[in-house]
Amino acid sequence: MSGNLPAPGSALRAMFRHECALQLRNRSELYNPLLFFTSIIVFVPLGISPEAGFLKQLAPGMVWIIALLSVLLSLDRVFQADFEDGSLEQALLSGQSGYMLVLAKVLVHWLFTGLPLTLLSPVLGIMLALPAEAYGCLMLSLFFGSGALCFIGAVGAALTVSLRRGGLLLSLIIIPLYVPVLIFGSGAVSAAAIGDSYGATLAVVVAFWLAALMLAPFAALGALKINLAE
Amino acid sequence: MNWQWFHRLGSPKWFYEKTTPWLPWLGFSALILLTVGAVWGLGFAPADAKQGNSYRIIFIHVPASFIALAGYYIMAISGAIGLIWRMKLAYMTMKAAAPIGAVFTFVSLVTGAIWGKPTWGTWWEWDARITSMLVLFFLYLGVIALQQSFSSRDAADKTGAVLSLVGTVNIPIIYKSVDWWYSLHQPATLKIVGKSSIDASMAYPLLTMILAFYLFYAWLLLTQTRVEILDRERRSQWVKAILLKPKLQEAA
Repeated sequence: MSGNLPAPGSALRAMFRHECALQLRNRSELYNPLLFFTSIIVFVPLGISPEAGFLKQLAPGMVWIIALLSVLLSLDRVFQADFEDGSLEQALLSGQSGYMLVLAKVLVHWLFTGLPLTLLSPVLGIMLALPAEAYGCLMLSLFFGSGALCFIGAVGAALTVSLRRGGLLLSLIIIPLYVPVLIFGSGAVSAAAIGDSYGATLAVVVAFWLAALMLAPFAALGALKINLAE
Repeated sequence: MNWQWFHRLGSPKWFYEKTTPWLPWLGFSALILLTVGAVWGLGFAPADAKQGNSYRIIFIHVPASFIALAGYYIMAISGAIGLIWRMKLAYMTMKAAAPIGAVFTFVSLVTGAIWGKPTWGTWWEWDARITSMLVLFFLYLGVIALQQSFSSRDAADKTGAVLSLVGTVNIPIIYKSVDWWYSLHQPATLKIVGKSSIDASMAYPLLTMILAFYLFYAWLLLTQTRVEILDRERRSQWVKAILLKPKLQEAA
């Protein structure tokens, strides 16, 4: 790297601040996944049964599935705007590490979707009569799990970034990859809800999160470069 | 080691001409083995002590499942070769492998459901292996859908390769899932090492069918790759020469 460039750490910080400012100025994008998350919960008692004993069993999986869908629906925006106005290309041409760029973008995306979802999840738990023992596990599993979902999904977002209507396709290609995270995430909460130990299952979710954090930016970067080459 | 053959693979023309004489050999040996295996397995292998004749669907179900999994790897490895060595032929193989693999996965799912009805009394059971097969099917469909949505062939090839490589991360989990939540399904009966729990009178026709399916798959993949080559190289002289030769002969 040339001497004129800032160090990778300060580039990451600058990128991070820039992305945060962009997110804060575009509030509706921030609220929409959260609104989706809380409004779709109405469907569960209406469509299945309002009985507490029944909802209690469904709650761990339902909260997880709805959180997963919210993340999925918000994903097509991660790279789209920057791709369209050309700033993504400029950032990748700047000579700074592309890995750091993708990492910063996805981290900020998680900060404004995954983290609020995690903080909201106990409310949904209450509405679905989730047993009291499970709230800690629900928040922990969603904290790491939504991070894993954001990073895995970023690969799909990068692959489909140049497509006009990539949203549905993005869901199609990413849903199979979400299977393991969902299994272990909702598995941990289910175990917690019946008073079982959930540490090992939760540890697997954390492992998925770490693996996605390390590996997914490489794949996403490669996919972005392919799309930019067009 | 002589790597000349590998560099020659960079030329679709060389590959096309080289594989022309292979096709009848592959096709006929696959056909013969399929016939032998099917007659042996369906007609002469003994009935199962518990399942009676309904177990005989394994002679299609098991080979199709093998190909479904192997086909994904072949697709992903072709994609990786394409990305690393920028080899056009590898992308063509990858594109050809996706729908073939998806069909074998579908066959595996359908034969599994047909087998499940008399054996477990249900068409569908959310058990580990069925579920992971279904996920594999969706992985295939995702790769096909992604490739089809790009108007640029280059982007379609490369993004398809990246996605199938990312998907390979899921394949070990498919295998592991057998251990994770083994429930209704039978334990894996065919092991490469160690004691096999299937009797020889059933194992030999099964192995014949597996070999036959692999040959059939190779024939299908080769044929589809050659079609893809002709399609992509249709503006080149040698393809025109090949395609026009019969017509010229007719005219003469």
